[in-house]
Amino acid sequence: MTTTAVRKDGPAAVTPTPTIGGHFRNYLSRVRGGDVGALPAVLGLIVLCTVFAIMRPSSFLSAGNFANLFTQGAAVTLIAMGLVFVLLLGEIDLSAGFASGVCAAVLANVVTVLGYPWWVAVLAAVATGVVIGSTLGMLVAKIGIPSFVVTLAGFLAFQGVVLLLVKDGTNIAVRDDVLVAIANRNLGPTLGWALTALAVIGYAAVQLLRHRTRVARGLITDPLAVVALRIGGLAVILGTAVYVLNLERSRNVLIVSLKGVPIVVPIIAVLLIIWTFVLQRTSYGRHIYAVGGNREAARRAGIGVDRIRISVFVICSSMAAIGGIVAASRANSVDPNTGGSNVLLYAVGAAVIGGTSLFGGKGRVLDAVLGGAVVAVIENGMGLMGYTSGVKYVVTGVVLLLAASVDALSRRRAAATGTR
Amino acid sequence: MSATPLLELRGIDKSFGPVQVLRDVALTVHPGEVTALVGDNGAGKSTLVKCISGIHPTDAGEFLFNGEPVHIGSPRDAATLGIEVVYQDLALCDNLDIVQNMFLGREKRSGIVLDEPTMEQLAAETLAGLSIRTVTSLRQHVSSLSGGQRQTVAIAKAVLWNSKLVILDEPTAALGVAQTAQVLELVRRLADNGLAVVLISHNMNDVFAVSDRIAALYLGQMVAQVKTTDITHAQVVELITAGRSGGLGLATDPGSNGDGPQPADSISGGVR
Repeated sequence: MTTTAVRKDGPAAVTPTPTIGGHFRNYLSRVRGGDVGALPAVLGLIVLCTVFAIMRPSSFLSAGNFANLFTQGAAVTLIAMGLVFVLLLGEIDLSAGFASGVCAAVLANVVTVLGYPWWVAVLAAVATGVVIGSTLGMLVAKIGIPSFVVTLAGFLAFQGVVLLLVKDGTNIAVRDDVLVAIANRNLGPTLGWALTALAVIGYAAVQLLRHRTRVARGLITDPLAVVALRIGGLAVILGTAVYVLNLERSRNVLIVSLKGVPIVVPIIAVLLIIWTFVLQRTSYGRHIYAVGGNREAARRAGIGVDRIRISVFVICSSMAAIGGIVAASRANSVDPNTGGSNVLLYAVGAAVIGGTSLFGGKGRVLDAVLGGAVVAVIENGMGLMGYTSGVKYVVTGVVLLLAASVDALSRRRAAATGTR
Repeated sequence: MSATPLLELRGIDKSFGPVQVLRDVALTVHPGEVTALVGDNGAGKSTLVKCISGIHPTDAGEFLFNGEPVHIGSPRDAATLGIEVVYQDLALCDNLDIVQNMFLGREKRSGIVLDEPTMEQLAAETLAGLSIRTVTSLRQHVSSLSGGQRQTVAIAKAVLWNSKLVILDEPTAALGVAQTAQVLELVRRLADNGLAVVLISHNMNDVFAVSDRIAALYLGQMVAQVKTTDITHAQVVELITAGRSGGLGLATDPGSNGDGPQPADSISGGVR
């Protein structure tokens, strides 16, 4: 009692009277206690961007390159968003990369070889993801094979399935206008601004409404100034990004005009909002955290643990399918290496770099987006500096290792101070 | 105290394969009372609790709840009747906060959205109703709580659901002196609020401090169930270790020292 209580009482005593200073002191004490959240990813992003901006000011800081970052990182980020769910249970899905390849191959076959409309192909791809995910989940939850082994087998098998689907080494072109547009076209500038405004207003409404309900019920709330700061921060970040993306980035405006927010950005944003809602605001999401934190406690609380375990694999593989669709769109084709090579490792890296714990029970979908940004910036910036793939892989590996160490160390610190 | 006991067990048998763990066990639990369930390691206390909470099916015997015969086939059945168990290992999720843990598996919702304000209010009211003031914020993660605070949260979680019977499995086993006193005070308050409480404990001081009745298990048999005021410390220890004490306990003393059950028990001891 004594030691923990005394240590806890210091910083926690500030909560009853919400002040801005108290809020930030609280946050600082949480960070010192090992609850670092996405802080390393954000700091890493700032450091990386600063370094690349100094080394390659003209190319890295151009509007064209900024837009490139999104399309380059989109597929990995989408796969990472699904992986967060699996990682939350302390499981792993090594097959997510090639699962996205299989789904992309299904997409290409349906739309190009069979000639169906784009939406049929998209549905077929996502359905493939659902089937893959439920199979993996069943094997893990019902038969009881460790997810590492099941998905390692999937990794090998799906690699073969992609080869079979694209007829041994050739590739299948994807020329459907809608599908190609996903990763290669942009929103009109006005639409971009309209969606931004909608996002900021929506966020503000949700935040203020929650603040009002809590105050009305006499519950402890964050100070209004902090809420306003959050809304303002979002508005500034989104506003700046959209402003830069709306700049003309075509080399020759007379031939073609190139400006606006890439279409993948709102796709990622919508999925981010949906999955964040599911994780934070529904009992299903709460149960995922519970199973990840203490499976036995969850079982005793009457939660269908097997159902939860299967469902996260379904979500992961479905998100991999969407990642595969974006990858196919970006390459205009599907080949045996779609979703292969470093895609999976980058995706796992993105989730972990963003602050999702490999030990389960801790993580957010936003982590995947932040981590995905870090991975994309490394890949992009080092490419601009003319480093070879070899160097890029080594650096990405080191960054992943750093992120995993931060995770492990913050856990240890949290265990020592008792604030995880 | 009251006329009908809240829970009455009759003739409960339970075997795991060849090992008979519970033999013809009877137990009555009254509302507003703390019934201490004592017994040595392997006497069958935990098994009996798991039978009551629906985790293990019983082989024979009947359950009467408020005088009505009931069937408890799953933890859900037990929860529906208002039986809540606080396990030794607490069953809290470290990565969730106090409110989230208290409502785990039974979240309040409006539509599909979790109704956090209502849950937080109910949790606060429950803690206040139990005069719990040891936790500073309802939104702190359980991992940041001390052992006594965790036990408090686990008990509050059990009380939250208008439960009628709360079973506590060794609630003070891992606690220090001050925390033990707090938890025992809380246990007493539960009974004073009209709940029936079953307290499993090894600690005679705890048992005599809070219980109204003592039920002693010895090698799977209920050897005595008496009022705490009618029995001494030493007698309880004798019941636990030898199964009898003076006029109480097993009557099969003369001659062969109760050959019937004894061999089976030594086998069971060996198997385990």
